[in-house]
Amino acid sequence: MVAHHLLPEIARATPTPTPALTLRVRAKDTVADGVVSLTLARPDGTRLPDWTPGAHVDLVLADGTTRQYSLCGDRWDPYTYRVAVLRETAGRGGSAYVHDRLAAGDPVGVGGPHNHFPLAPADRYLFIAGGIGITPLLPMVHQAELMGIDWQLLYGGRTRASMAFRDHLTTAYGERVHLCPEDEYGLLDLDSWLSRPEPGTKVYCCGPAPLLAAVESACAAWPTYSLRTERFAAAAPAEPVRQTPFEVELRRTGRTITVPPDLSVLHAVRRAGVEVLSSCEQGTCGTCLVPVLTGTPDHRDAVLAEHERAAGDCLLPCVSRSRSDRLVLDL
Amino acid sequence: MSATAAAPAPVPTTDIDPFAAGHLADPAPLHRDLRAAGPVVHLSRYDVHALARYEEVHTALVDWQTFQSGAGVGLANFRHEKPWRPPSLLLEADPPHHDAPRRVLSEILSPLALRRLRESWQSVADDLVDTVLTTQGAEFDAFEALATAFPLRVFPDAVGLGPDGRENLLPYGNMAFNAFGPRNELVRADADRMAGLSAWVNDQCAREALSEDGFGARIWAAADRGDITPVQAPLVVRSLLTAGVDTTVHGLAAALYAFATHPDEWQRLRERPQLGRVAFDEAVRWESPVQTFFRTATTDVEIAGVTVPEGGKILMFLGAANRDPHRWTDPDRFDLTRDPSGHVGFGMGLHQCVGQHVARLEAECLLTALAHRVTHLELAAPPRRHLNNTLRSWASLPVRIRRAT
Repeated sequence: MVAHHLLPEIARATPTPTPALTLRVRAKDTVADGVVSLTLARPDGTRLPDWTPGAHVDLVLADGTTRQYSLCGDRWDPYTYRVAVLRETAGRGGSAYVHDRLAAGDPVGVGGPHNHFPLAPADRYLFIAGGIGITPLLPMVHQAELMGIDWQLLYGGRTRASMAFRDHLTTAYGERVHLCPEDEYGLLDLDSWLSRPEPGTKVYCCGPAPLLAAVESACAAWPTYSLRTERFAAAAPAEPVRQTPFEVELRRTGRTITVPPDLSVLHAVRRAGVEVLSSCEQGTCGTCLVPVLTGTPDHRDAVLAEHERAAGDCLLPCVSRSRSDRLVLDL
Repeated sequence: MSATAAAPAPVPTTDIDPFAAGHLADPAPLHRDLRAAGPVVHLSRYDVHALARYEEVHTALVDWQTFQSGAGVGLANFRHEKPWRPPSLLLEADPPHHDAPRRVLSEILSPLALRRLRESWQSVADDLVDTVLTTQGAEFDAFEALATAFPLRVFPDAVGLGPDGRENLLPYGNMAFNAFGPRNELVRADADRMAGLSAWVNDQCAREALSEDGFGARIWAAADRGDITPVQAPLVVRSLLTAGVDTTVHGLAAALYAFATHPDEWQRLRERPQLGRVAFDEAVRWESPVQTFFRTATTDVEIAGVTVPEGGKILMFLGAANRDPHRWTDPDRFDLTRDPSGHVGFGMGLHQCVGQHVARLEAECLLTALAHRVTHLELAAPPRRHLNNTLRSWASLPVRIRRAT
């Protein structure tokens, strides 16, 4: 239990973003072993903001933590959002809260939707899901179907019973869906699916980090930009390029600060009295994105696309650092 | 609301032509009549249902599921009529086909992406205003000298257009916005220029025609990454050229007209030049450069007790909604103390103007430059309107100014 007099201190250190919406849990259903789906709606039943396949929302839970979950419902239904939440036994408590404490009728703060995993046009799609990674792919599958684009889904999970939406997928789409529970078939046979690059096909993959790494390496010979991935957890942190302090100039504020190796750019900026909205502080949500005017960022986030990193004109200060001695930010 | 099934209320019907010259020149009386007649009015001349109140217009704009854009946002119904040009992938498309082009363009035109333009646009605005004040003296046509000159100075460069033929941009936009209305005199007046203007614009959308660092090149780079297809890229560039020039020109002219006729508000802006952005949005609310757009019902849809049949065209009066007294206090007043948020001058929802941040940045630069240099601004002669089926537009805006010393 945190003593109350400490709360303002904590709030200053990691301000919780004010959620744009407060929705209510309209339904909570178990959709697979260890997976619950939440149906969220406005208390007054009015329209929710539009979204596109691949989008996620931030759920701001009662303890103030924020977690991202992909929208897996029907975008033609403007009144409800649907997310599916896997109980992460090694997680930080967010999923346990959703599973054990959140109940139908409860209010939930919702930020977003944001989309860092949009569906781009293609001649064909190969969707690869690992476990709960099926959630962003579900509306993509529907969309591919609507646009009459050829697609296949390779869906792996620990056991058949742990794989959410499996019955819906096989009933609705039949042979396009390849269910591969690990206890029956072993790991996904990525080589047989990916060894031959297919120009015109885009590979969309979402799942745990080892699956993403395996798919990335299996797609190494594919045309650039064929593979599109989304990670739920932050990317495994690589060592920063520089272990020495660097300078950050806040151009509009007219101040220059020094960022030591043990402090994030975000916190250094805040310490200088400049407020930057942030949310996950793990480089996965994109809330704190700031423009870079000069200098070379050391990108360490999981949000920016390759071309956005290469452009070097913005960074996520919660995790990213600097390659150059000096970074100039538009703050 | 009664739970018993009442006989449907008769729909107010009128044979007025909202695209007649008199209504285009002075739409306010028509808008008042339409708002007063009811939430939905049947326009018998075109067999369309009209919405002129804020609530219904707003509801129709955000409900893309029911109010389709893909059958054309003009009077022509693409289900039965061939469009005069390949439909816009943004304005005249619905999800899912609308998603990828919209995403690419909104990323390229995002406030974040535009920040790198701010400094250079501000200095162009400062130079332009200095030059106008020096060469033209105390009286000049602010429509030509400022509202037209500034966007044409910065926007084609930002897109990456070549130097030749830029004089085609405004006539092309004028033609495209006329084409959303009926095939009246205004449309016929452009008939002999249509092929030539379209060909010029289409040529500018090719990768080779565009510089390497503009919005156009970034659209093509998105095609290289597969975020849109190479077939979509030139059409997305075309959207910039169609929707990005006339609208901004007439939006800036609306702001200048507003200040020339509201001296107190000009002093307010001079005291707080950072109000430039609010001023522009208030001008867009007050004048609504884009006056009307159509949608098409995807199903039999009930609006305020009136059933619009599936496939029926719905005409939304954005200009009337932006002055609906049920939504705005003293709506005919141009008022910088008002919060204009929620105006539908840029549309609303999925199709809301993707270039609005560009327009705001242009307005902010120009108004800031003016506010620092001009102490008084007034009309020197009655301004002249230019008629267009969709745009509330201008031919001239003669002003008299007093320079700051």
